[in-house]
Amino acid sequence: MLKDITIGQYYPGKSILHRLDPRMKMIMTFVFIVALFAASNKIGLAVGAFIVIIAYACAKIPLKFLMKSLKPIIPLVLITSVLNLFFLTEGNALFRFWIITVTTEGISFAVVMSVRIICLIAGTSLLTYTTTPIALTDAIEQLLAPLKKIKLPVHELAMMMTIAMRFIPTLIDETDKIMNAQKARGADLETGGPVKRVKALVPILIPLFVSAFRRADELAIAMECRCYQGGEGRTRMNHLKMKLIDLWAGLFILACLAGVVCINIFL
Amino acid sequence: MQESAILKTEDLKFRYNRGEEPADAPWKFVLDGISIEIERGSFVAVLGHNGSGKSTLAKHFNAILLPESGKVYVEDIDTADESRLFDIRRAVGMVFQNPDNQLVATVIEEDVAFAPENMGIESKEIRQRVDDALKSVGMYEYREQSPAQLSGGQKQRVAIAGIIAMRPDCIVMDEPTSMLDPRGRREVLGTIETLRGRYGITVVLITHYMNEAAMADRLLVMNEGKIILDGKPLEVFQNIDLIKSIGLDVPQSVELIHKLNREGLNLRTDILSADDCADAIAEYFLKNRPASGCKGAAYMRVLK
Ligand SMILES: Nc1ncnc2c1ncn2[C@@H]1O[C@H](COP(=O)(O)OP(=O)(O)OP(=O)(O)O)[C@@H](O)[C@H]1O
Ligand SMILES: [Mg+2]
Repeated sequence: MLKDITIGQYYPGKSILHRLDPRMKMIMTFVFIVALFAASNKIGLAVGAFIVIIAYACAKIPLKFLMKSLKPIIPLVLITSVLNLFFLTEGNALFRFWIITVTTEGISFAVVMSVRIICLIAGTSLLTYTTTPIALTDAIEQLLAPLKKIKLPVHELAMMMTIAMRFIPTLIDETDKIMNAQKARGADLETGGPVKRVKALVPILIPLFVSAFRRADELAIAMECRCYQGGEGRTRMNHLKMKLIDLWAGLFILACLAGVVCINIFL
Repeated sequence: MQESAILKTEDLKFRYNRGEEPADAPWKFVLDGISIEIERGSFVAVLGHNGSGKSTLAKHFNAILLPESGKVYVEDIDTADESRLFDIRRAVGMVFQNPDNQLVATVIEEDVAFAPENMGIESKEIRQRVDDALKSVGMYEYREQSPAQLSGGQKQRVAIAGIIAMRPDCIVMDEPTSMLDPRGRREVLGTIETLRGRYGITVVLITHYMNEAAMADRLLVMNEGKIILDGKPLEVFQNIDLIKSIGLDVPQSVELIHKLNREGLNLRTDILSADDCADAIAEYFLKNRPASGCKGAAYMRVLK
């Protein structure tokens, strides 16, 4: 049951987006977010939405996959649209009903807001769809490397992320086992009110934590045995390399940002 | 100092949690005066019941633990010398019981590359070592998968590859097969054989399985922190009563021959495998056909 949770939503493929340098992809995602929020009018936003659609088509990500990441934000989109609709009461009223006034401005603002949120989620999801978790952590480590100067433990953070990703499936397996073991002892995990259910989790979490600590201990020894001594003096097998195509991609996204700003100013 | 000994301990004594003990009742030594020399290129198995100190000894071989008194030398480096820690870790690789808790990365080849990366080796050389290590444990085709998708035996082989990629002179394995099914166990043992053939690596194998111990060139039996038997597996297993008295078993074939001999048969004792044992018994009956009546009865009695 717990195994169905997908971690790291990587969608294997060979498209340009898959092959871009993960560092460039992260920068591009960041620029894209800035552009989305900079776009204050509809044309700018339409450009953003258009880019997202092209990118998805390019990476050949199935719509079903995208829907999975959009599903959790649908309520958020609906609530914000409804609030915008009802509380933005200035401008020419389209119709009035009881205390509710729907204006054209309200409608347009609600649409803009929804498109913006959807583009935001879809655009950032694209990063994890087209990049393996390991490439992502490598990219984070390298992009944040300058922060080592101010004593931020960048390498340690990246290592923690890697280990967390490595152990999530193991711990999920273990949770399953413990749940079954507790059920076999008569634990009731599925009925009762919320308080009772939360309480029923305690006998699962305690053994899980104990075992996780034991694992951590063993892993630390195994890492030490393999000469681990932090990021200092460490080399990598696979180096990230910026290629010409990455440069073009970077220029493209900057051009988009510039375009959006221009549209804001001149239209 | 002797050149040939890759690992050497001199009157090694050790206790856990020193300083926390009550003054009137000091802890017993977990390792109580161990002096051994392990030769370069040899295959040494260590037997002993639970809590006899096998893992504790293993952890002294690459300075995870340091002796309370006595000395441990790895390639003539004193493990207490902190400035040489890196050289020690590099010379002696460790494989542990639970393969799950030894793998670090989410991609197999990245995991095998972990140790060489820590050692600051250049990326081309790492690539070569990783491919080589994965091939020698037969996991090369899986290099781009995630460890989560592997069986226990395969995970343990990846863990071994991760050590091989360090190119150590010696591998210490602490019950590497005890969490595996018979097939996984065969895979890992096969890998050990390959490594010895290919790299001439020294292997110290801690185990609970008699047939694994019988594969070694030399067998150490531990009890209560001491080494009580040391020699070729065949010689060691002749001390059946002593081995049984500390709660261990000898291989079934050795035991059978021993019991038959006690009943008055006169069989060869240089036997470890079941096949050899069957041969020896067949040989005996062929030789002693006329008198086989009463001996046959003895044989039946033992079998019961
Ligand atoms: N971290 C520790 N702290 C305190 N005592 C320990 C620790 N590890 C082991 N011991 C104790 O040291 C003794 C020897 O343990 P060790 O793990 O070396 O035995 P072993 O021969 O490897 O046993 P097994 O066959 O179960 O692996 C045991 O009595 C154990 O309780
Ligand atoms: Mg042990």
